[in-house]
Amino acid sequence: MRTIEETTEEILTLASRHFNVARNEISAGDDFFKKLGINSLQALELLTRLENHFGVELPDYEVQGVSDFQTLAERIQSRL
Amino acid sequence: MMNKYRAETLSWELRDGVIELILHRDPCNEIGSQVLADLESFVVAHDELREQAHALIIASDRKPGFCAGADLRELYHGARAIGFAAAQPQIRQFLRRIHRVMNVIDASPLVTIAAVHGVTFGGGFELALVCDLIIAEKMARFCFPELRLGLIPGFGGIPRLRRDLGNAIVRDLLLTGRSIGATRAQAIGLVSQLTGEGEALRVARLTAAQIGKFDRATSIAAKRFIKPVPYTELEEEIEIFCDLFTKPAVESGLRRFVESTDAQPYLP
Repeated sequence: MRTIEETTEEILTLASRHFNVARNEISAGDDFFKKLGINSLQALELLTRLENHFGVELPDYEVQGVSDFQTLAERIQSRL
Repeated sequence: MMNKYRAETLSWELRDGVIELILHRDPCNEIGSQVLADLESFVVAHDELREQAHALIIASDRKPGFCAGADLRELYHGARAIGFAAAQPQIRQFLRRIHRVMNVIDASPLVTIAAVHGVTFGGGFELALVCDLIIAEKMARFCFPELRLGLIPGFGGIPRLRRDLGNAIVRDLLLTGRSIGATRAQAIGLVSQLTGEGEALRVARLTAAQIGKFDRATSIAAKRFIKPVPYTELEEEIEIFCDLFTKPAVESGLRRFVESTDAQPYLP
């Protein structure tokens, strides 16, 4: 079982890799729409990548209104 | 009949016994009046080409996905111009036309394969559901967001989803309006094969080649037996949709979607 810190780190690493942002430029409290420069379509892509990576299902209504990595990690953690 | 044709929003080609129908309208193949007219042209071609073919593949060459569903902007502005209640007969006519297209593909003697990637929402999901097989890239995402707009899916979604899947997931998808990824879609029996990114069309071609090895009459008989078209429920769906369309929730839901400042608000 991952810790919440490990989950958050994996999300940040995955986001950095797929949206071409240096890992040291993003942190847990950041707004990922702003930091990654993504729109709602790319946010869905991020959601799908996270589901595939963690092997969980995350309904989009649970992450609507969520824009920071830390809360996203908490939502994923509750499904692990 | 030409074996190859490029219409404004889609193109088709017959090659080695396989018809490939490729959607190419920006941004994500939204189904409005032009796509409908082009699909109707395709259906005429399908009827003329089908004796020379054993399979039909439907795919998109647009990056965001297979199809984002009905063209909600065209729908909103068209209905608003004459009033939502007055637009009801036109909505019914549009639905009857798209149902005719969907029903022809559903009952086609060809083995039909939807090769999907990315956004496969609403009417796009319904287009995939008419096909015998859905081959999906692992980043594909499926959704029926219509209830968010005060509507139900109108292009045959509910009857075909009920035909193919169990009640638990049918109700969940419809009543929550949530989207599901391709991995989950395969687990529930919606997607038959998962592929890597950018590989769905290639895998669909290999599948079509395998299908081409079999006796055509046997494939047709098998398909008729295992995939009945739910005509009565499809008719009911049109009436329920038209009834809901005049309710105030629809105009406000569509306005919210159309006026959204998000660059690409795929979820209303």
